[in-house]
Amino acid sequence: MTFTVVKERWRGRILETTLGTGPRQVKVGGETTLPFLHFEGEIPNRPVVALEIWDMTPEDWPECLTECYADVLNDPAAWAKLCVEYGADLVALRLNRTHPDRGDASPEEAAAVAQAVAEAIDVPLIVLGCDVEEKDAAVLPEVANALKGRNCLLGLATQENYKTIVAACIANGHNVIATSPLDINLAKQLNILITEMNLEPERIVMDPSIGALGYGIEYAYSIIERMRTGALLGDKMLSQPVIMFVGQEAWKTKEARTPDDPLWGEQKKRAVLWEVVTATSLIHAGGHIAVVRHPESVKEIKRHIEIMMQPQQY
Amino acid sequence: MLLIGERINGMFRDIREAIMKRDPEPIKKHAILQTQGGARYLDINTGPAVPPEEQPEVLAWLVQVAQEVSPLPCCLDSTNPEAIEAGLKVHRGKAIINSTTADPWKMEIYFPMAVKYGAALIGLTMNEKGVPKDAHDRLALAMELVAQADTYGLPMEDLFIDPLVLPVNVAQDHGPEVLETIRQVKLLASPPPRTVVGLSNISQGCPHRPLINRTFLAMAMACGLDAAIADVEDEELVNVAATANLILNREVYCDSYLKTFRQL
Repeated sequence: MTFTVVKERWRGRILETTLGTGPRQVKVGGETTLPFLHFEGEIPNRPVVALEIWDMTPEDWPECLTECYADVLNDPAAWAKLCVEYGADLVALRLNRTHPDRGDASPEEAAAVAQAVAEAIDVPLIVLGCDVEEKDAAVLPEVANALKGRNCLLGLATQENYKTIVAACIANGHNVIATSPLDINLAKQLNILITEMNLEPERIVMDPSIGALGYGIEYAYSIIERMRTGALLGDKMLSQPVIMFVGQEAWKTKEARTPDDPLWGEQKKRAVLWEVVTATSLIHAGGHIAVVRHPESVKEIKRHIEIMMQPQQY
Repeated sequence: MLLIGERINGMFRDIREAIMKRDPEPIKKHAILQTQGGARYLDINTGPAVPPEEQPEVLAWLVQVAQEVSPLPCCLDSTNPEAIEAGLKVHRGKAIINSTTADPWKMEIYFPMAVKYGAALIGLTMNEKGVPKDAHDRLALAMELVAQADTYGLPMEDLFIDPLVLPVNVAQDHGPEVLETIRQVKLLASPPPRTVVGLSNISQGCPHRPLINRTFLAMAMACGLDAAIADVEDEELVNVAATANLILNREVYCDSYLKTFRQL
């Protein structure tokens, strides 16, 4: 009796997306197999981790998170630099101050912040709006123009506002995040609508709107897994890499927000674990870019990826 | 669902005349129309008017002309093994050989040929005794074909079992037997062989042919049909294939599903 390794023969592959320019540009995707199954396909690029920064001092972040950025919370460029020192593969700038209820910063102000951040770092930049569709549709084109040629990743583009954002990405050489509300059908349809505007399919990254551990992660897990198998079965409109906003979701949970507690233990350890477990689980589902908030999460997730990128020996 | 465009066939008058005059234009026209229509393979058949000694050259010519304007691979359709091999020699990509019967002397020719050229092979569930009358006899012959695939080392996914569709007006009792055969063929091996039908046969000599074809396609797909040689220039037929594909959860739903089904 000999043991035969069962290998699936997939006919499709994940598209490879390149972010940023120069020596520290990041490539994601390109796989021809399920996550980390090195024995049955190619995994040309490892999943990556981004740290999130804001264009304003966050008011509701717990101290165990803000203490990591104590001197830079009011200086996005310095904050971004510190993230690179902490080992982030990319920096994700969230333009929260453009929100109508949080300062209503103008597109021009937002673009100036984005430009300052881009100039401070040599890793690729992700720029996110404030999640108000109309405002993002005004802000992101201005940002795209200011960052022309830097090959950034901009979002979120929704079914309602994708046209202006995608047009700005095409005109200025950027990539777009297409977001859908935990719905694979809408994710696929939005990809179709975006490619119909003639943005190359490999310039799209899908955001399935994940839930954190204990708060709907299993929905996100199965959707990301379905995206991966769809792509491997040849569905080109599900072949885009996947981004997960882990920090945003994990730091909302009461498990991350409750201070040190005799029953639950130390808050920082718990909160970091919440990010790490959410991110690694979804990376095993097939995710490519995990956006987190705590520098120790970056370290732990990258350590896990490093181990998983060792090819299996048979 | 793999649609194999049936139109480049010398049984159609425009193709027959094109072959006689060696005029590539009608061939190209149907190659392009079928590619855009949602075909994944182009069936290539010289038709009976070409004398046997000319068939190899004509089949190879048809393949080359079709592949000049279409990225699709071809399904080489002939009872003449020399014509099939001539087609395989000039073919680009993974061809399908159409077809062998379950007669030993034919299987001895076509299985090694498929393996040699890395082609897939359609196996008809019939032999010199004719077309079986029920699903049991069809399955017995399907099993012979499956066994030969194993013997010659043809991957099971490259064997397409064709349970032989007959016209509903003259062989009505065969309809349910064919559907049952499609269902049961999937149990013969793991991974199972694939299944294919010559769809338009179901409506031969009947009125409302497109209606019969479309209805039968949906029914056969529900039984597990993987491929059909069909009229992909019938837009509604392709819509039925796309919709059935969706309902069977073979493709992730999206509002533009009729369009994505046709995209290469």
